[in-house]
Amino acid sequence: MTLTRDGIAYRVACDLPEGAYVNLGIGIPFLITSYLAPDKEIFIHSENGILGVGPVAAPGQEHPDLVNASKDYITLVPGSAVFDHALSFTMIRGGHLTHAVIGAAEVAANGDLANWRMPGQKVPGVGGAMDIAVGIDNLYVAMTHVTNNGQPKILTACKCPLTAPRCVKRIYTDMALIDVTPGGLLLREVAPGLSSSVVENATGAPLRIADDCREMDVPLTFNGVALRC
Amino acid sequence: MIDKTLATCAAAVASVFDGATIMIGGFGESGVPGQLIEALRQQGATNLVVIHNGAGFHDFALGGLIKDGRVRKLVASFPNYPSATAFRERYLNGETALELVPQGTLIERIRAAGAGLGGFYTRTAAGTELAAGKEIRVIDGRQYVFETPLRADFAFLKADRGDRLGNLSYRYAMRNFNPVMATAANVVITEVEELVAVGALAPDDIHTPGIFVDHVVKAERHPRLFEPRHQERTT
Repeated sequence: MTLTRDGIAYRVACDLPEGAYVNLGIGIPFLITSYLAPDKEIFIHSENGILGVGPVAAPGQEHPDLVNASKDYITLVPGSAVFDHALSFTMIRGGHLTHAVIGAAEVAANGDLANWRMPGQKVPGVGGAMDIAVGIDNLYVAMTHVTNNGQPKILTACKCPLTAPRCVKRIYTDMALIDVTPGGLLLREVAPGLSSSVVENATGAPLRIADDCREMDVPLTFNGVALRC
Repeated sequence: MIDKTLATCAAAVASVFDGATIMIGGFGESGVPGQLIEALRQQGATNLVVIHNGAGFHDFALGGLIKDGRVRKLVASFPNYPSATAFRERYLNGETALELVPQGTLIERIRAAGAGLGGFYTRTAAGTELAAGKEIRVIDGRQYVFETPLRADFAFLKADRGDRLGNLSYRYAMRNFNPVMATAANVVITEVEELVAVGALAPDDIHTPGIFVDHVVKAERHPRLFEPRHQERTT
């Protein structure tokens, strides 16, 4: 059994601590906002100048000037602030945000990240990914473990152009939670019912298995949304 | 009496010349001076270099300007989303060039120009192909990339409210690139949703002081620059 995209987001959300200031990327990372525990005060940053992003606006309640980096119409939470791009990237590049969760095409065993130009992509685009990768200490990747064709995305060395070298600290996938350590990749958790050897076979780099490696604590569903499949 | 207001967007963009470099504010649909860009499409200047985070949408505003074949080069961080159809077509045909700049580097290059700085060193893009050919300097044991200031002949901005002195106030995420671009162009033209009397904007609420602004024109939000998903689904 593996996690759904929402399941990956749920598992990341469990690890974000009270007081975190978090930049969330497009895709799976954005789903994390749905799974943050209401008793933890966590501020979500959007690169276009918002700290304190709330849930997506209800239909009919959209405001034209409240959008996030995914161009979704969003709301603000109490205590939010808005500012210009220079200050927004001062927060990012200056190391003021505590966490970032970002998607990836490939992650290497040494923490190299590739997520701005996929194989065959004709028009390049980088957005804020390179700034986020160098500036935010706890850089977490949230992605599927393998490509749609079943090829590993966690590799000994990235094949796609790098976003930044040696920046990823932790990888959350539908199969596993893996830490990037000075000694290489460390398998910390596996999806419920999955063996570590299945994860190893789907990974294109050597994995060490943590002494306390365990099954992820992710329920089957949350508020009616499937977290496992 | 200082009066930076102009009656029409056409008057505001009249001085744009062939080959000009134009900064355009906005992120997504927010803070984009859509009516100024439409006026520029009518005005006719061509062979333009445009500095903007994205590449416009479909066939209107910046998307339309690109589709019309008027943009020689785009300087952007994120031009590769599905609705940037005009740029995609012209870029792949080799008709519009692209200088791809990481978003934080893009805003800081503009800020540096406006602040009178000769550039800066950033860790962003170090060790990647976007640093190719650029000066690298090791500071405190880490690699930094030298980036140059980015100026323009014109800046097209959008604000919520403005007065005849050019003082501007933005709303929510409309701010984005606008206040920084206001500092980095020879001629700064702003589209405002509301024109207010001098003194109506409290000093604390002025995000761009009028010293940076040359022209202010009142215009309604471009009708296609607000398309909520639920409306898209029903139309």
